[in-house]
Amino acid sequence: MSATLPLSGSFGGTTYRTCPRTGLQFEAQAERLMIVNAVVAVVALLVGGLLAIGVVLTRWPAVHWLAPDTFYMVLTAHGIDMLIFWIIFFEVAVLYFCSSTLLRCRIATPKIAWLAFALMLIGAVVNNVAVFQGGSSVMMTSYVPMMAAPSFYVGLILFAVGALIACFVFFGTLVVAKREKTYEGSVPLVTFGAITAAIIAVFTITSGAIILIPTFLMSIGLVKEVDPLIYRTIWWAFGHSSQQINVAAHISIWYAVAAIAFGAKPMSERVSRGAFLLYILFLQLASAHHLLADPGMSTGWKVVNTSYFMYFAVLASMIHGLTIPGAMEVAQRQKGYTRGLFEWLRKAPWGNPVFSSVALSLVGFGFLGGISGVMMGTEQLNMLIHNTIYVPGHFHATVVIGTTLTFMGMTYFLIPALFKREMIWPQLARLQPYLFGLSMYFFTLVMMGAGTLGVSRRHWDMAFQGAAQAYEWPGAAYLMMGLVGISGVAAIAGGGLYIAITVGSLLWGRKLDAGKPSAVGTPVPRAAPSVAVQTYGSAGFAAPGTFMLAMLFLVAFVLYYFINWKYLGQLWGLS
Amino acid sequence: MTAILPPAERLWWKHPLDRVEGTWIAIAFVWCMVMFFMMVYWHAYGKQNLSTETYKTSPDKFAAKAEAFAAKYTVRTETEQKIPVVAPPPDSDVYLIARLWSWWPILELEKGKTYKLHLTAMDYNHGFSLQPSNINIQVVPGYEHVIKVTPNQSGTYSIVCNEYCGINHHQMVGRLYVK
Repeated sequence: MSATLPLSGSFGGTTYRTCPRTGLQFEAQAERLMIVNAVVAVVALLVGGLLAIGVVLTRWPAVHWLAPDTFYMVLTAHGIDMLIFWIIFFEVAVLYFCSSTLLRCRIATPKIAWLAFALMLIGAVVNNVAVFQGGSSVMMTSYVPMMAAPSFYVGLILFAVGALIACFVFFGTLVVAKREKTYEGSVPLVTFGAITAAIIAVFTITSGAIILIPTFLMSIGLVKEVDPLIYRTIWWAFGHSSQQINVAAHISIWYAVAAIAFGAKPMSERVSRGAFLLYILFLQLASAHHLLADPGMSTGWKVVNTSYFMYFAVLASMIHGLTIPGAMEVAQRQKGYTRGLFEWLRKAPWGNPVFSSVALSLVGFGFLGGISGVMMGTEQLNMLIHNTIYVPGHFHATVVIGTTLTFMGMTYFLIPALFKREMIWPQLARLQPYLFGLSMYFFTLVMMGAGTLGVSRRHWDMAFQGAAQAYEWPGAAYLMMGLVGISGVAAIAGGGLYIAITVGSLLWGRKLDAGKPSAVGTPVPRAAPSVAVQTYGSAGFAAPGTFMLAMLFLVAFVLYYFINWKYLGQLWGLS
Repeated sequence: MTAILPPAERLWWKHPLDRVEGTWIAIAFVWCMVMFFMMVYWHAYGKQNLSTETYKTSPDKFAAKAEAFAAKYTVRTETEQKIPVVAPPPDSDVYLIARLWSWWPILELEKGKTYKLHLTAMDYNHGFSLQPSNINIQVVPGYEHVIKVTPNQSGTYSIVCNEYCGINHHQMVGRLYVK
């Protein structure tokens, strides 16, 4: 496409191969790093998934499987393995992909990248061992003064240091690409999104270090006290922001999948990149919503952080929510699917798990995760759901339907491209995103339903056995929690299918042609300028169908938001 | 595959934005401002806002105040543990202790009257979750949170702890009466 400027191949004797199926170029060192990080991520998902069985079958009132101490231990491990280890290992693979592969350059300091991997792996193992020894059932939040074993904190700190180093290897790789001119002009939009994720990661991990290091010192007796309120405040700058890394990462993948599945071009680079920029500036403030029911924070602090500033991040998400399907619609219309508002959508590759995962993820993340997140992030409305099971309902919609499902879709793309294997059981792979995604939709909905009725999160027994002044939840709450159990089991089956397909493909999938290794890389060509999007579409809109869907989303959002105000208005007077 | 390639035009920030994007950004921005306005509006005109009156405290100091309060207004005791049922006069200060794994004492309030409820935890973080009306407030050790409450319905309420606080967390249920 463009001049094949040969790169000097004298950097550490590495090689490059171009995948014959996707045209992507992988550098040997980066490729190995992506593979190990992705594989360990899937192992963490497997462990977390097995633990999910214990969590779900205990919270299902009719089953109520585990004893309380086991349950709280399993819940702690489930949260940490899923929210931290599965996702961040995968994200490191994504960061290397978005830098080395998309910019077609060698990875910076591969030895240090291996050190980062080793630290993360050791940290993850040490932390898991601490939890399974039983003395660290403190949940992911590990609120002081409740103390875990010192190795619990050491594990997390080692992991965080490793992840931080991985972020800097990513930044270093960007510098390598720039200096060696492996691309022209600006980085691709997907890489731009990954940069957003990495910047948020640096902020997040630093916050984690600020609070976990004194907490570790407290656990070994060197520090006498960590203030519980300050702990909560700084911990959440780490705890919630770590989920914002995921948002930036999975939205980058959505753009990538729009490009891969449809050849879609961002509607406007300016809008999409501007939205990512808003994330860098404002998204971390969403952490404040965990502190809305806390003593000690002023009203001004709460309002500024969770509304005025946070809504710029909400705005950014609403923008991505339009521009990604919008770009798909434009691409489909260019292919001739122009009839009516939704022919482009009907003719989308619903049987391709790479696309269907992302489509289910986008809709679920927006409707279930987005709307509920803004509701609970509203200062006063938060009182209705703080610490109820609504909260895990919300974050299973954002993190599981949003991030995990997206990463699953990405794996289906990577199995032939990165792992050079043909996928086994293609029919089951078509089904998997629907089984997992739709049962998760239902799971989060019933969890939010039970939370609206007041059912607590992190609670072993909603029947309050043995309590002197027991409370009896309404029958509807029991029904909802039963449905949580059933849909949870279905979702675990969907997750198990994903692991069976991916691991099975790596082990038994037919080996595919890897492409010839070459000592020199080929630089990235620029995107070809395309016809202005306005040629297609109707009513002056390039993507009228997407606009209709966006309006549907808005109506749902507005209705739900004001229903909750009405509900709040019926509570006791509080001031 | 253009989102994964460098943008075609060098000056991507000068791209025109499509009308569908411009319209949606405007709508989304207005909606975000409505939500912002709602929070501020509710502070001025709504009746349910969390107080930000907070003091540093210690378990001993708070327990002394709560015990004096209970000694003064106890009307009877309930359950095997003989938990005092305390019926304070309207507009007075009311103390509630959260600790492993109970709420102390049992409060008896009057419908339509206002009380200053003082909340703290003696040991770990706990969660004040008033059921069935579903009001949820974090209770943090070392901090005394003062909230003016006006019960609007009579009946028997339960205070469920909804912050994980250890192995018997699920037994930490208190009671509150509104007459």
